[in-house]
Amino acid sequence: MRLRPSGDRAVLLDCDDAAEARAWFAALQEQTDATLGARTVLVRGVPAEIRRIIGGTTPGEVAGQARSEVVVPVTYDGPDLAEVARLTGLTPDQVVQAHTGTPWTVAFTGFAPGFAYLTGGDPRLQVPRRDTPRARVPVGAVALAGPYSGVYPRESPGGWQLLGRTDVPLWDLDRDPPALLLPGAQVRFEAVP
Amino acid sequence: MSLRVTALAGSALVQDRGRPGRTGLGVTPSGTFDRNAARQANLLVGNPEDAAVLEVVGSVTLHATHAAAVAVTGAPGPIDVDGVPRDTGQVLHLAEGAGLTLGPATIGVRRVVAVAGGLTPDPVLGSRATDVLSGLGPPPAAIGTLLPVGLTGDRTLTTRIETGVLGVGDLTVRIVLGPRDDWFTAAAIGTLLGTGWTVSPRSDRIGVRLDGPVLERAVTGELESEPVVRGSVQVTSAGLPVVLGPDHPVTGGYPVIGVVLDADTDLLAHAAPGRVVRFRRHPAP
Repeated sequence: MRLRPSGDRAVLLDCDDAAEARAWFAALQEQTDATLGARTVLVRGVPAEIRRIIGGTTPGEVAGQARSEVVVPVTYDGPDLAEVARLTGLTPDQVVQAHTGTPWTVAFTGFAPGFAYLTGGDPRLQVPRRDTPRARVPVGAVALAGPYSGVYPRESPGGWQLLGRTDVPLWDLDRDPPALLLPGAQVRFEAVP
Repeated sequence: MSLRVTALAGSALVQDRGRPGRTGLGVTPSGTFDRNAARQANLLVGNPEDAAVLEVVGSVTLHATHAAAVAVTGAPGPIDVDGVPRDTGQVLHLAEGAGLTLGPATIGVRRVVAVAGGLTPDPVLGSRATDVLSGLGPPPAAIGTLLPVGLTGDRTLTTRIETGVLGVGDLTVRIVLGPRDDWFTAAAIGTLLGTGWTVSPRSDRIGVRLDGPVLERAVTGELESEPVVRGSVQVTSAGLPVVLGPDHPVTGGYPVIGVVLDADTDLLAHAAPGRVVRFRRHPAP
């Protein structure tokens, strides 16, 4: 890990890989205002103070922590299921098996409140974004792009490949916390008819 | 007690200090773009400095349903109360039914209206700020919107305040290079610091987009998404800088060549289309 400047109110921890970033995030999130990226952690605050805290911190053992598992039931009838099958050389059924067969991990959040970038799934499911993004992706759409899977927390534009949909609310302001998928959580997709 | 929006050409958003510390939910800090202006306006009307205010771009008329003390700060421009011209940076007493009209800013962009008691629409995640990217917070005001106002204590009003003068020349902001300055050629760093960048009309609270020469990459390929802050200068795939504003996304996939000092980001609330922005290098803290 190396520290990089991010202005006068934050420091960026540039890590060797996603696991190291998650470990630093786990160690820092209680004591600082930390944000997890794909391979980085940003800590907001006075840089000298943050450097001092980081100097006295050992990255957490993420694997040893009790991690919450969230099950997301999915109806796999998305408009891009056939295209994902073509791109991966799998049958649509095999795509569904691959998507549900391996648990995913929330790598980081962004894009929209409640949107989580999920990694660690079946490596055969790496597909490019659509050439032309959709102007309207429905709420609950379950999607793939690059190394990530994700679920759209609300209707929005989007360029990911849509596999299906879920009724589980990803974002609910009446829930505490409102986001279902938090950094570090494990996610398992389950096919429902 | 409330203020009713009776005319609007532009945007009028409720803002306060925003939602810091919630990026894990995918929620960005948001909040007032020109924080100094909000602090000054609140001070004038006797509010806590982080009380919710109205951030106005363009022109607006507000009618008071009851007598109210208000103050306008931020960008200079015409102000009148029932047709009588008034100044920025002072307390204005509105009688019941009186109308406060703000014309478009003459220099800069954003004007701030504070009212004694503060604006009190329902908070969302601890803040009344409207986040235009995610849609959190009260919806943008429209003609007919009733903006609720809180109870005033018996705090003293400050009668007049020096609001600071927005110059008409180039906006110069200080920048710390990094975290991804090494993704760019040495020539690109020179271009970043040596260019008078023109503010694009496509600028908003998410980012101030700048037009000028292309900043050449030393590292090609895609950056894995990483967290960004208010003031981060992302360089888009077209090679042009965007200075992120208060409603920036939590994470972004464009390399950040440098970050504007936090105190200087307030100035960018006044980066009107066509205005020139310059970056002056500041050592990493």
